[in-house]
Amino acid sequence: MTLARKNLLLIFAVVVLTIMPLIMITDSEFGGADGAAEEVILQIKPDYEPWFPVLWQPPGGETESLLFALQAAIGGAFLGYYFGIKKGLAGK
Amino acid sequence: MKRRWFILTALLVFLLPRETYAMHIMEGFLPLNWAVVWSLASLPFLYLGLRSIGKVTSENPQLKMLLGVAAAFTFVLSALKLPSVTGSSSHPTGVGLGTMLFGPMAMSVIGCIVLIFQALLLAHGGISTLGANTFSMAVVGPLVAYGVYKAAKKVGAQGISIFLAAALGDLATYVTTSLQLALAFPDPTGGVMASLIKFGSIFALTQVPLAIVEGLLTVLVYNYLTVYSQSELQELALLRGDVQHDPGA
Repeated sequence: MTLARKNLLLIFAVVVLTIMPLIMITDSEFGGADGAAEEVILQIKPDYEPWFPVLWQPPGGETESLLFALQAAIGGAFLGYYFGIKKGLAGK
Repeated sequence: MKRRWFILTALLVFLLPRETYAMHIMEGFLPLNWAVVWSLASLPFLYLGLRSIGKVTSENPQLKMLLGVAAAFTFVLSALKLPSVTGSSSHPTGVGLGTMLFGPMAMSVIGCIVLIFQALLLAHGGISTLGANTFSMAVVGPLVAYGVYKAAKKVGAQGISIFLAAALGDLATYVTTSLQLALAFPDPTGGVMASLIKFGSIFALTQVPLAIVEGLLTVLVYNYLTVYSQSELQELALLRGDVQHDPGA
């Protein structure tokens, strides 16, 4: 098995693992795991008050997804840049 | 000037809806004493990490790019909120790759930087919980990944070792998060153990398929590195004092 084929298989497995929950569970919005944790904390300690303020948060879902996309894009761009250079050097 | 900031912050806090979607411990949701404990626990690792990164970059400047790759990978992976079989979402950590390359200490710094970025810009995690989140994602995760990698390499192939290391490091991060919350919020009847089961079923269980995804993606990137960055990988192995099977170089 060539490395390229191995890598394709790896990508395929990642896609399958990611889609599977979406097919298996149809009645969920897949919210953050933290929302659930917050509920548990308040169930254990109903009088708990967060003592430190959130300094800033995105005004809404759109801005938040922008920033997450930005984070992924910065990382992805660097990875592409690095392997692009490497591939170019290897081809010489 | 200071006062103006204070008023602005107070206003913001007052006006903002208190709803954050973090898979790390949320801002303000860890009592002060625990926040301090975990911050202190993380500090020595950050110090060692800074030293280790300083040493690598000064002695082997050509490895700086690879350090960037480790950081970029963490950036990408921790930005991906993936759906899980529990019906909620969480994200991988991405610290396994850098751990395999630069060792666990260096990743404590890189992980902490990513956490600061997310806390300040995404209301994800938090500044008050930065110490605890650094300890779980950037200290325990990499340490577990490193231990698993070392152990697995003795018996198995490289690919399998990397997969296991990254996946178990990811899982260990969220087990640690569950433990931190359980210690801070012991169940009134069942104590820490009962709380651990509660938080664990939220964080750790959600994380299982994601840990597998993280393992697979780490192997994927490592595969590319073996093709394009053979010389750097060898240099790193020498740095770490690993015994090299010299492939005719």
